[in-house]
Amino acid sequence: MNSDAKKLSLLLLFIPFALWIVLLIVLPHIGMFELSLKEKIAPRVYEYSFANYRNFITEPIYWNTLLRTGGVSLLVTFLALLIGFPVAYYIAKVAGKRSKGALFLLCLIPLWVSDLIRAFGWILLLRETGVISSTLQASGLIDGPIEFLYNDATVVMGLVYTVVLFMIVPLVSTLDGMDNEMIEAGYNLGGNGFTVLRRIIIPYAMPGIVAGCIVVFMLSAGSYLTPILLGGKNSSWFTEQIYDQFITRYNWESGAAFGFVLLIFTSFVVWLGLKLSGQTLSSTVAKS
Amino acid sequence: MSQAVQQPLLRNGYRFYMLLFFVFLAAPLVAAGVFAFNDSMFPSLPWRGFTLDWFFNDVDPKIGMFHDRRLLRGLYYSFLIGSMVAVLSVFVGTCNAFLFVRYEFRGKNFFYILMILPLVIPGVILGISILAMASNIANGVEKSVGIELELLRPGIFLVVLGQFSFITTISSLIITARLKKFDNTMEEAAYNLGATRARVLRTVTLPFLRPAMIAAAIVAFLVSFENFNTTLFLVGSEAPLTITMYDRMVKVGSTPVLNAVSFFLMLGSALLALVSVLIQRDKTT
Repeated sequence: MNSDAKKLSLLLLFIPFALWIVLLIVLPHIGMFELSLKEKIAPRVYEYSFANYRNFITEPIYWNTLLRTGGVSLLVTFLALLIGFPVAYYIAKVAGKRSKGALFLLCLIPLWVSDLIRAFGWILLLRETGVISSTLQASGLIDGPIEFLYNDATVVMGLVYTVVLFMIVPLVSTLDGMDNEMIEAGYNLGGNGFTVLRRIIIPYAMPGIVAGCIVVFMLSAGSYLTPILLGGKNSSWFTEQIYDQFITRYNWESGAAFGFVLLIFTSFVVWLGLKLSGQTLSSTVAKS
Repeated sequence: MSQAVQQPLLRNGYRFYMLLFFVFLAAPLVAAGVFAFNDSMFPSLPWRGFTLDWFFNDVDPKIGMFHDRRLLRGLYYSFLIGSMVAVLSVFVGTCNAFLFVRYEFRGKNFFYILMILPLVIPGVILGISILAMASNIANGVEKSVGIELELLRPGIFLVVLGQFSFITTISSLIITARLKKFDNTMEEAAYNLGATRARVLRTVTLPFLRPAMIAAAIVAFLVSFENFNTTLFLVGSEAPLTITMYDRMVKVGSTPVLNAVSFFLMLGSALLALVSVLIQRDKTT
C-alpha cells in the first residue's frame, strides 16, 4: 500500500470517529457548560454569570445531596468489590474448565435484563405486600406486614445488585491471565492464604480492581431508576435533582450547572482513585 | 486449583457462598417473571392459580400485553430505535476498530481515551447535554431562518443519537478485540495471490470480523432496548417500552401485565444472548 492511499484511508476512517465524538460528546458538553453560565435576568434575557453555581453552593440541600450520592456510591463500590472479588476468583481460579464458562455466563444474565425490570422485581419482593413480608407473616415470624422498601439499606443493596457484574467482569479477565504457579510459589515460600492474597493476588489484580471500581462508581453515582424506585421520593439522589431542574422546573440553566457539578465531582473521585492506586485510565478501563 | 481451597470445609463454604450469590442474582428476576402467570389483579402473593391471561386476554379488567395498545406501541418504538442504534454503532464501531488497530497516528492514545469516555459519563448527563444542544440549534434555526426543525426536538431521532453516543464505545471495544486477533499473514497471502484491497476486505477481513460485528449488534440492540437514563430526557411522544412501563408503574400502579412484559423481555434477551454466544463460539474454533 503506498503512503498516499494509506493517508486517505486513515482520513476516511477518522471521519466517522470524529463526527461521533465531536458532535455527540464534545460539543454538547461545551454547550452544556455555556448554558450553565447563563443567568436569567428578565424573560428571554440572559447574562453570563456564576449564579447557577453560586446557587448550588449556597443551598445546603443541593450539595448535601451530592455528597450523599458520592458517599453512598463509594459504599456501593466497596461492597461490590467485597462481594464480587470472591465470585470472580472462584470463576477464574477455582472452577473447573467446564463450569467456568457457564458460571461466567450466569453472572452476566442480569446484564441482559433492563434496570427497570430488576428494580420492579425487588419491589415485588420487598414491599409491604411483597413476597418476603407475606412469607414471613405466613410462617408466623412477624405479626404485621413490614415495609422493606424506601430506606437507605435497600437502595444500597439494589445498587450493589445492579453494578456488581461490572466489578466481576474485569476481575475475571485479569485473574484469568494470572499464572497459577505464582500462587503456588507464594505458598511454597511459606505464605498463608491471607499473605498470598495480600501480597500476590491483589497486587496482580489491581488493574482489574481499579477498572471495576471506576465503572461501578460512575454507574452508581449516575444511576437514576434504582434509587428512585427503591428509595422512594425521599431517596435524595443527585440525578433526581438534575431531572427535577430540567423537567419539572424547566430551569435548564441550573440543571446544566448541576450536570456539570456531577461530572466534575465524579471525575475528581475517579482521578483521586487512580492517583492513590498508581494506575492510569488506559491501563485499567481501556484494557478490559 | 490453589491450595487455600483444598480443605473440604472451606471448599464447601466457598461453594455455598457462590450459591447464595446466584440466588441473590436470580431473586428479583424470578419474582418479576413468575407473577406474570398468577391469576390475580396484583403481582403479589397469595398464588391464585396459573393463567396466561396477562399475555393473551382481551377483555377488561385483565388486558393481556398482546392486546394492550400502548405497550405494543412502546415495543414497536423500542424495536425501531434499537435496530437503528445497532446498525449505526456497528458501522462506526467497525471503522473505529480499523482506525485503532491498523493505523499509527499522532495523539492515538488521547483519541483512544476519548473513545472510551462516553462509557463512563453518566447517562443522565449525556441525555441533557444532547437535548440542550439540539434545542439550541433548533431555536437558532427557527429564529434566523424561520424553519422549525422537528428532528431536533425530543423524539425518536434524538433518542437514537443519545443512545448511539455511548453504545458506539461498547461496539467499538467488541470489534477491536476481534480485529486484534487477526493474523495479518492471511491478508498478505490474499494480496500475493493478486487480490485488490476491496476484495481482500470483502472476502478475508470482514468475514473474520463478522461474528464480532453480529455480537456487537446484538449487545447494542439490547442495551438500547433497556436504556432508561439517557432516553428519559430525549423522549418525545413516541415513548419506547421502558418509558411506557415506568409511567405505568409510577402513575397507575402495577398489575401483572407488567410482569408479562418483563417475562417476555427476559425471554427475548435470553434468546439473543444465546445467539451471540453461539455465533462467537462457532467461528473462533
